[in-house]
Amino acid sequence: MKVKLKNLSQLEIGQSAVIDSFTDKAMALKLLEMGCTPGEIVKLDRIAPFGDPIAICVSGYLLSLRKEEASTILVSSLKQKI
Amino acid sequence: MEPTQSLVNFSEKTTIKIALIGNPNSGKSTLFNALTGLNQRTGNFPGVTVDKKMGTTRLTDEVTANFIDLPGTYSLYPKSLDERVAFDVLCNEDHEEHPDLTIIVADASNLKRNLFLVSQVIDLKIPVILALNMMDMVERDGDRIDLVRLSERMGVKVIGLSARNKMGIEELKGAILKPLTVPSYDFIDVKKIAPEVVERVKSVIKVKSDFMAFQLANNLEDPTGDIRSKQSRLIADALNTIVVDKNKLQSLESVERYKVINRIVEECLTRKTAVQSMSFTQKLDGILTHRIWGYLIFLAILFFIFQAIFFLAAFPMDWIESMFIALSSWATNALPSGELSSLLVNGILAGLSGVVVFVPQIALLFAFIAILEDTGYMSRVSFIMDALLRKFGLNGRSVIPLISGVACAVPAIMSARTISNWKERIITIMVTPLMSCSARLPVYTLLISLVIPQKEEPGFFNYQGLILMALYLIGFLAAIGAALVMKWILQAKEKSYFIMELPVYRAPQWRTIGLTIFDKVKMFLWDAGKIIVAISIILWFLSSHAPGNRFSEIEKKYQPQLSEQSNSEEKLKSVNAAIAAEKLEVSYAGILGKSIEPAIAPLGFDWKIGIALITSFAAREVFVGTMATIYSVGDADNTQSIQDKMRAEINPETGEPKFTMAVGFSLLLFYAFAMQCMSTLAIVYRETKRIKWPLIQFFYMSALAYLASLVVYNLMK
Repeated sequence: MKVKLKNLSQLEIGQSAVIDSFTDKAMALKLLEMGCTPGEIVKLDRIAPFGDPIAICVSGYLLSLRKEEASTILVSSLKQKI
Repeated sequence: MEPTQSLVNFSEKTTIKIALIGNPNSGKSTLFNALTGLNQRTGNFPGVTVDKKMGTTRLTDEVTANFIDLPGTYSLYPKSLDERVAFDVLCNEDHEEHPDLTIIVADASNLKRNLFLVSQVIDLKIPVILALNMMDMVERDGDRIDLVRLSERMGVKVIGLSARNKMGIEELKGAILKPLTVPSYDFIDVKKIAPEVVERVKSVIKVKSDFMAFQLANNLEDPTGDIRSKQSRLIADALNTIVVDKNKLQSLESVERYKVINRIVEECLTRKTAVQSMSFTQKLDGILTHRIWGYLIFLAILFFIFQAIFFLAAFPMDWIESMFIALSSWATNALPSGELSSLLVNGILAGLSGVVVFVPQIALLFAFIAILEDTGYMSRVSFIMDALLRKFGLNGRSVIPLISGVACAVPAIMSARTISNWKERIITIMVTPLMSCSARLPVYTLLISLVIPQKEEPGFFNYQGLILMALYLIGFLAAIGAALVMKWILQAKEKSYFIMELPVYRAPQWRTIGLTIFDKVKMFLWDAGKIIVAISIILWFLSSHAPGNRFSEIEKKYQPQLSEQSNSEEKLKSVNAAIAAEKLEVSYAGILGKSIEPAIAPLGFDWKIGIALITSFAAREVFVGTMATIYSVGDADNTQSIQDKMRAEINPETGEPKFTMAVGFSLLLFYAFAMQCMSTLAIVYRETKRIKWPLIQFFYMSALAYLASLVVYNLMK
C-alpha cells in the first residue's frame, strides 16, 4: 500500500503519527539515539512561543527540537499502523 | 548462554575501579552521591578540561570501591569532548581510568531510549552491571518491569533501585562483590553491517569484541577533528584503502539495536495505561512554557533570586563581618605591635574576611541554580528562549552557560560544550563572561551599600536589591548585544542543532543541592581564597613599605607635632592618620597606583582605586580585599568595617566624600564589563584552542568597560 508521507513539523498539536524515515543522514543519527526510530509513534505535544522549537512525545518522553530538524523526519498517518 | 563465558570475581581485590555511565537525566549523579556521600572530589581527565568526579566507599572491611562518574551520554558515538571522554575510558583498556567494572545507570521510566546506550556498552564485552534507576516512578505509574527476564535477555546482572529514595543501594553494593559473568553474546552482529571494517581493525589491534573494533573505526577523530592516539593512527592506516561511511554504518547499527530493544521492552515491560505520568509535567508545561506566563514566571524567578541573595544573605554576612572585626581587634591587642602583627591583621585577616564574607551569597546563588537544574525547569527556559536567542546568534542551550555565568564563568564556559554548532558555541563562550558572576557580587555589594542609602523600613523589597538586579540585567543586555555583533562578523556554514530532552519535573533533591553547594563553596574558598590571601599579603607588603627611607622621612617631619606636650587625644589621632596617608602615597603600592592614575582619572578613579584595579586583574573579588587592606593601613585600631572606612574617605579636591554616586556607578559599570579574571581567559583558551579568542575577549570587554565608565561618570558628576 502506498502511504502518503508528510513531515513531522506539519503535525498539529495533539496529533500523532508514525515515523517512517529521515531525509538528512547526519541528523538521523542524532535523532535515532534519542529514540526516534522508524515505526515509533510520535505526538506533537506543544509549540514554543514564537512558533519554534516544538516538543514531541516519543518513546515515552518529551523531546524538544526545532521545526527545521523536525522537518527532516517523514511520518505517516497513524491509522494505517493500527 | 555459551559455556565460554568468563567469570570475574572482585571479592578478592582490595580496591575495585568502577565507572558509572548513563544518559543525562538518568539519575546517574544521584546514584553517585548515594554511593559515595561526602567522600568525593573533582579533578580533571588528563589532557582535557572535562570534570572528573571521583568518590570512594567501603564495600567490606577489606574491599574499597573507587567510583568515577563519567559524563552523561546518549550513545557511544561521541559528539562532544565530554562524551569522548566516556568513550575513551570504556573503549581504551590502556586508559588510566579504564574500570574493572562498569555500572550502567538507566532510567526505568524511559526504558527504551536508555537501553540503547546499555546495549552498546554491553557489546563492548566489559564487566557490567545494569542499575535500573527510578523504579519508584515505574511503580507509581502502575507499570511493571520483569527484572529477571530483562537480566536474561540483556545477558547482564540487573539491579532495580531508586537512588533518590536510597532504595536498592545496598543490593547494588552487594552485587559488585558477587562473581560476574562478562556479557557473552552480541546484541547485534556488527560483522553483518561492516565485515571488512571489523576484520581490518582486528588484524592490527587486539580488541575484546567486534563492536569495539567497529566503534574504534568509526570514532578515529576527536570532536575537534584530530586523530590523536597511536592506536587510532594504526587503525586509520589499516582502513585507508576502503571507504568508511560513518553516518551510514552508525544509522544501520542504531536501527538494528532498536529492533532488538523493542522486542526486549515488549517482553519485559507491562504498561498499565498508554498515558503516562507525564500529565503533571504537561500541565505544568502548559504554564511554564506559556507565551506570556512562561516569560513572566522566568523573570519573577530571577527577581526572587536576586532579592534573596541580597536580603537573606545579609544576616550571616553581618555575623561574619563582626566576627572578623572582633578577631582583628583581639589580635591587635593581644599581639605585640610590629611587623608580624601588622602582617597578620592588615594583610592576612583583612584578606581572609574579604573571602569568607561572601560565602553566604555564593552558597545561595549556587543553591538556586542547582534547584533550577535539578527540577527540570532549566531545560524549559532553553525551550522558550531558543527562538529569541537564535536571532542573536545564540542557541536555546546558551541559556545554561548564560545563567551559570551568573555563578562563575569558568564552569559556564565549559557547559557551552553541549552546543554542537561551532559559531553558536564560540559566541556563547565570548559573551558569557559579561554575565555578572559571583566574583563581581562582593564588589557590587560593597559599592552599592556605599553609595545607595539603605531605606529605614526593613523588608524584602529594597533599592539596593533593585540596583543589583539592574546590574545583572545590564550584563545580560551587553552579552546579547555583543552576541549580535559577533553574529554579523563570524562566518559559518555548519548546521545548528537543538535536539534536547525535556525531563519530567521532579522535586529538587536537597542532598544533591547540598553537595553542590558544599563543592562550590569549597572550591571558592580554596581556589579564589588562596589567590586573594596571597595578593593580600603582597599588597600589605607593597603598601607598608617604600623605596629608600621615605617612611622615616615622613616620621621625622611629623616628629615635632607628635611630641608636643599639649596634644589632645583627638589631635594625636589626626596626626597619625595624616602620617599613614602620606606613607601610603609614597609606598610601592602608591607608586603603582599613581602610575596608572592619568589613564583612569577620566573615569573618576584615584590611585587607591587604581591599586585595586591592578590587583583585581587576577580575580575581581580581590577588589574588596585590596580596599580592605589599603584602608586598614590608615586605621591603626582596625575596628571599623570596610564600608565605614571607605565612606569616611574624603576627596582632597572637593572636600566631599570620595565615593559619590558618580564614582560608585562608574566603578560598578567598570566591574560589570571588564575582563578581570585570569581563570576565565585560561579556560577560553583551553576550550577554543586558539589564543586569539581570549585576546579578543580581553580587549573588547576592557574597551567596553572603559567607555561605559567614562560616559557614566561624566554624565553623573
